[in-house]
Amino acid sequence: MTAASTTDLAPDAKIDTHKARQARIYGIVLIGLAVLVAAVFGYGSEGNATFGLSRPRDPWVIPNLVVPAASFNYIAAAVLAFLGVRQFMRGGSRWSTVSIAVGFALATAAFLVWATAGKSFSLTGMLSATVVAAVPIALGGLAGVLSERVAVVNIAIEGMLLAGAFTGALMGSLLGGWAGVLFAVLVGGLFGFILAALVVTYRMDQIIAGVVITLFVTGVTSYVSSQVFSEYRFLNNAPVFRAWKIPFLGDIPVIGPVLFNQNLFVYGALILVSVATYYLFHTRYGLRARSVGEHPRAADTLGINVYRTRYINVTLAGMVAGFGGAWFTLGSVGRFDENMTGGLGYIGLAAMIFGRWHPFGALMAALIFGFADSLQQKLAIVRTPIPSEFLAMAPYLATIVVVAGFVGRSRPPAADGKPYVKE
Amino acid sequence: MDVELRGITKRFGPVTANDNVNLTIRAGEVLGLLGENGAGKSTMMNILSGLYSPDEGEILIDGKRVDFEGPGDGIAAGIGMVHQHFMLVPVFTVAENVILGVEPTGMFDYLDLATARKQVRDINEKYGLQVNPDALIEDLPVGIQQRVEILKVLFRSAEVLILDEPTAVLTPQEVEDFFGIVKSLRDAGKAIVFITHKLHEILEISDRINVLRGGRITGEGDPKSMTENQLAEMMVGRPVSFDVDKGPFKPGETLLDVKNLMVLNENDETAVENVSFHVRSGEVVGIAGVQGNGQSELIEALTGLAHAAGGKIDFLGRDITNVSVRERHRMGMAHVPEDRHKSGMISNFTIYENMVLNTYYEDRFSSGPAIKWPDVLKTAAQYAVDFDVRTPSVYLKAGNLSGGNQQKMVVARELERETKLVIASQPTRGLDVGSIEYIHSRLMGARDEGDGVIIVSSELDEIMALSDRVLVMYDGKIVAEFDATAGPLDKNAIGLAMAGVTA
Ligand SMILES: Nc1ncnc2c1ncn2[C@@H]1O[C@H](COP(=O)(O)OP(=O)(O)OP(=O)(O)O)[C@@H](O)[C@H]1O
Ligand SMILES: [Mg+2]
Repeated sequence: MTAASTTDLAPDAKIDTHKARQARIYGIVLIGLAVLVAAVFGYGSEGNATFGLSRPRDPWVIPNLVVPAASFNYIAAAVLAFLGVRQFMRGGSRWSTVSIAVGFALATAAFLVWATAGKSFSLTGMLSATVVAAVPIALGGLAGVLSERVAVVNIAIEGMLLAGAFTGALMGSLLGGWAGVLFAVLVGGLFGFILAALVVTYRMDQIIAGVVITLFVTGVTSYVSSQVFSEYRFLNNAPVFRAWKIPFLGDIPVIGPVLFNQNLFVYGALILVSVATYYLFHTRYGLRARSVGEHPRAADTLGINVYRTRYINVTLAGMVAGFGGAWFTLGSVGRFDENMTGGLGYIGLAAMIFGRWHPFGALMAALIFGFADSLQQKLAIVRTPIPSEFLAMAPYLATIVVVAGFVGRSRPPAADGKPYVKE
Repeated sequence: MDVELRGITKRFGPVTANDNVNLTIRAGEVLGLLGENGAGKSTMMNILSGLYSPDEGEILIDGKRVDFEGPGDGIAAGIGMVHQHFMLVPVFTVAENVILGVEPTGMFDYLDLATARKQVRDINEKYGLQVNPDALIEDLPVGIQQRVEILKVLFRSAEVLILDEPTAVLTPQEVEDFFGIVKSLRDAGKAIVFITHKLHEILEISDRINVLRGGRITGEGDPKSMTENQLAEMMVGRPVSFDVDKGPFKPGETLLDVKNLMVLNENDETAVENVSFHVRSGEVVGIAGVQGNGQSELIEALTGLAHAAGGKIDFLGRDITNVSVRERHRMGMAHVPEDRHKSGMISNFTIYENMVLNTYYEDRFSSGPAIKWPDVLKTAAQYAVDFDVRTPSVYLKAGNLSGGNQQKMVVARELERETKLVIASQPTRGLDVGSIEYIHSRLMGARDEGDGVIIVSSELDEIMALSDRVLVMYDGKIVAEFDATAGPLDKNAIGLAMAGVTA
């Protein structure tokens, strides 16, 4: 039916479309942001905010970005108000989603300008930290994508990350960094396999199985690190993978340090995300895996082995999570601490959902969370009026906003979470 | 390729679904398979295709014994099945669904979708299927989805095609096209097994008919010499009446009054446009129309499952436009939904649980927060007997009932209480003649007791047999109204209105 047929109605017939309702909500949010930006960030800023883009020793130095704080924020507020009012005037257009995304980006920029007003702040440094912070989240999200695409809900990612971190530290200390990574991947895969066995073969509830694995790993690693590592410190003293600068590309201003001067785990995450995308969407086995997640009975009638497909993909997911876990130790501090993953596995799951069960989507979502994380760390250094405890909430707050605001619109694999029983 | 089933027996717990069945399928021939709901037709075909393994008996292909470990083996042996409930991945394209399991690939396991598309087009051309290989399944009407199922089977170069109730969800026009396809397949030398409950179809298309009852082959028929009545009797074991008994037409006060109703679908498009009508007590209003012309959305708005974007619904003199579903139930509205799997029952619940889904909170079934299970069980067992739901016990999962018995269960739940208005969508889809006769008589019973009845059906014959008044929906609007009490209905005129031709 076309738009034309809706216009020739009786004039008193009022039609309340879903899109119009959504547009109104977006409008309210945008106008709320405009008020916040004007009243707090605009009114409260003085002087210029200086953003550093390169360091003095870089081959090509580009000048700092200097922004007059108050004017910038008033302009941002005006744009936000315009976008919000526009939602009310001509709601339901296809620009709704773009508007809300632009709105949030603007509000974040205004916040940053307000916090740096009168000071200077390294933007490149923060972006580089964003990418680093996004790595475990992206890998956790990718592990989630791989297993939920075959309809196995993977709450165990947190545990798999922790297992990878622990194994990486232990084996890294004993046999060197590369062996640490290798064993972290193997142990992650082992837990993936155990999860598959529990939920596919023994049809245990998927949530419970995941929680059990996470609890088990948390318990064992905490015990060993407090009882054994504290005695024998050489077991928990692994080498750290340093950044490898890619020749030439690494010298490009801003982009170079952010993308091409990072360590194994950043490159690994980018490669894995690309490979997983190719696998899921452009290969035969990817097509089969997705069919198992959407309609396992249909896959079965075509002779695809549903159980084996689930085993393989969930094990692969575990290996990816194990690699992501090694980042915590071999990629940053070289040492294992109790519970050092701090719930990033769950944030990875949120990234998977926000990223619509697509590897690149999960990576993008992870970058948003990573941004919130690095923002709070850097701002804690710059000294802002906001207590650092509140800033530390930023990544989790971002998770809640993103999941609550957008999840309704993405669709999980149809059979997600359901066991498959053969006749 | 000829196939022979010898002495096949299959049991599900206490149920013997197939009992020593012998069956021969020949190349270049359409074998019609007929039988009541639960007779074991689908089970037998699932065995033939390798999805189930038989408890006893053997399958012979061209005289040689074969053993299938799984459906993959059936496909490899050239046996393809189009299932009663489609086996398509809704978010995949046609081409992806067709190649799944036998994908053409290039280097690095690269999915060669270009070749796949071309192969799909080739088969399209050969058998006149006309399906766009790039369309997403969820966007396609069921008639086309069916063709995708056939494409899938042909793509695997099947020589034997099993079609399990392929016409249950098709419109009359689609059925005609479909028969054209079946004939071209037969002429190409394929062996075809065709299962249906529609007797005129089986007489039209089959070369040979086998009748199944209670898991056994009980008869063989020649479509050239047999009549529908003879077939029905062979199938049910007693004479079946195709006429509906109904009392004299005595309409009472208006129960339901719909004014200028507007309903939007998920994409915010107008699905129901300015619809107004009323239903009186003691009256059957039939809503005819080709599927997808707004009937589903209209019923959803009446029963409270969809939001009315405009207009007003009055029921028993009260404005119920924004009243909750439960309140509508309480006021005496009964709803037999069109898709029982989606909104009529919970497959994983037992029969007795399903029987009280709409009444469990009433005093007769619960006291405080506790449900009185003994009372529920007793009542459910009684309903099952009253409505002829064939099952060894009400403890069985509803999903394990055969399609017809699931429908009887839903109808029992909806009608076995104080009702004022019965809304039934496609109430006899997929049912055998005996069950149809039974459900029709229950719906007419409700009418004769003074209920208002709305029946939505894409079967014109059903609408004509039951209705006192017929409304025809086309493109979201009511385009014609016919009065059956004034004289016999004009089938042609209704058919034309359904096609959107206004007089
Ligand atoms: N998976 C199962 N578990 C238990 N019982 C089953 C199962 N599948 C089928 N049955 C039972 O086997 C019998 C035969 O069912 P089947 O589906 O083969 O009937 P049908 O002839 O295809 O009926 P319909 O015309 O309604 O589709 C029924 O009594 C049904 O309840
Ligand atoms: Mg069947």
